[in-house]
Amino acid sequence: MLLKEIKYLLWQELKLENRQRFAFNGILLYVISTVYVVYISTKGDTQPQTWVSLFWLIMLFASANALQKSFVRENSNRYLYLYTLSSPQGIIISKIIYNGMLTGVVSLLTWLVYSVLMGDAVSNKWLFLCSLWLGNTGIASLFTFISSISSKSSQNSTLVAVLGFPVLLPLLLTLLRLCNASVMGVSVADVQHYLYVLLALTVIIWAMAYLLFPYLWRE
Amino acid sequence: MEIKKHGWKIVCMLLLFYTMMAGFLIEVPRMPILNETIRNLFFHVTMWFSMIVLLLISVINSIRYLSSQNQSHDITASEAVNTGVFFGILGLLTGSVWARYTWGAWWTNDAQLNGAAVTMLAYLAYIVLRNSVEEEQKKARISAVYNIFAFVMMLVFIGVLPRMTDSLHPGKGGNPGFNTYDMDSQLRMVFYPALIGFILLGIWIMQLKIRLKKIENLKQNEAIHC
Repeated sequence: MLLKEIKYLLWQELKLENRQRFAFNGILLYVISTVYVVYISTKGDTQPQTWVSLFWLIMLFASANALQKSFVRENSNRYLYLYTLSSPQGIIISKIIYNGMLTGVVSLLTWLVYSVLMGDAVSNKWLFLCSLWLGNTGIASLFTFISSISSKSSQNSTLVAVLGFPVLLPLLLTLLRLCNASVMGVSVADVQHYLYVLLALTVIIWAMAYLLFPYLWRE
Repeated sequence: MEIKKHGWKIVCMLLLFYTMMAGFLIEVPRMPILNETIRNLFFHVTMWFSMIVLLLISVINSIRYLSSQNQSHDITASEAVNTGVFFGILGLLTGSVWARYTWGAWWTNDAQLNGAAVTMLAYLAYIVLRNSVEEEQKKARISAVYNIFAFVMMLVFIGVLPRMTDSLHPGKGGNPGFNTYDMDSQLRMVFYPALIGFILLGIWIMQLKIRLKKIENLKQNEAIHC
C-alpha cells in the first residue's frame, strides 16, 4: 500500500519536474556559476584539501538553496486534495527519494564541471564516488526534512540554513574525512569505519523523518 | 510538608556553598600543564553536565507534548532549553578562559569543542524557530519536532564522533588528566557534590522560569478577555 503510494507520488513529482524544469535547471545553473566564482577567485590553484572543502561547500549551499523550496508547492490549495488522499509517510519518503535523485544527478555534474575547471585532485575515484553518493543522500534527506519544518514558519529561506547547518555538521565532518582520504590516496581499509558512520547517520535521519513528519503534516 | 517539598533547594545551596569553599581550598594533585587550573573541573565540566540534563528534560517534554498536546509540556520544554543554553554559554566562557591559559588559544579545532559549538548553534536555532512562528500550537508542535531531531543528532555528535578521534582535553589522547585511573579521590569529593549542586540549580532556575512564563500567559489571556 505504502509502496504503491510512494511510487505514485514519485511519478507525480517527476512529471511536474519534467513540465517545469524548475528545480533541476535552477540548481544546475546555481552550481555552475558558483563553481565559476570559486575558479575565478582561486585561479584554479588549490591544495587537495582545499579542493575538497570548496567542493562540499558548493554542494552544501546548492542543496540548501534547491531543497528549501521542496514544500512550498504543497502549501497551495491546489495540492491539498491530493495530499489528503495520501499518508504523511508516503509524502516524506517520496520527497526524500526525489530530492536524493535530483541532488545525486546534480552532484555528478558538479563534480564534472569542478574537475574540468579546478583540476582533478581525486586519486581514489571509487571511494570519492561512494562517499559522494552516500553524503548526498544524507544531505538531501536532512534538508528535505528541515525544509518541511521551515515551510511551516513565516521566514522560510533563512531558516533552512539556520536549522540545517548545525545538525548537518556531524555528516559533513565524516564526509570531509572520507573525501580527504580519497584525495590523499589513503587505503580504503583505514577509513572504512567512516563509511559506516555516514550510512548510520543517513539511516538515523530517515528514521527521524519517518517518525516525526506526521506531526508536522497534521494541521 | 514545606521542608519535604523544598528540601532539595536547601541541599542544592549547601552543595554549591561547599563547592565554592572546597573547590578553591582543597589540595589538588599537581599535574604537568594543568597545575592549579585542574580546579576548573568543578566549574567547567559541571556546566556541560547540567546543560545535558536540562536538554534531556526538554526533549522528554517535547515527546510528551507530541503525544498529549498539553501546553504545559511545551512551556517546560522551551524553558529547559533556555536554561540549558544559559549553562552552555557559561561552559563556553569557563572553557575558553581555561583554554587560553593551558592550550594558548581561546578556541581550537577539537572534537569536543565542535560538539559544544554544534549544540549551542542547534539550540539557538531552536529559539529562533520558536520566535518565527506566531500561532501557539503550531509553534509548540514544530519546535517539539525540531527539538527531538536536534537532540538525536547532537547525541551522535558528542557521543559517538569524539570517540573516534583524539581530543586535546585532559585525560584524552594521552594528555594528563583525570581518567578513571588517575582521578584523585580528593577531586571526586568535590566533583560529585558540585555536579549534583549545579544540576539542581539548573532545575531550580528552570522551574522559576516556567512559573514566570505561565503567569505571563495568564496575564496575556486576561488582557485579551478584558
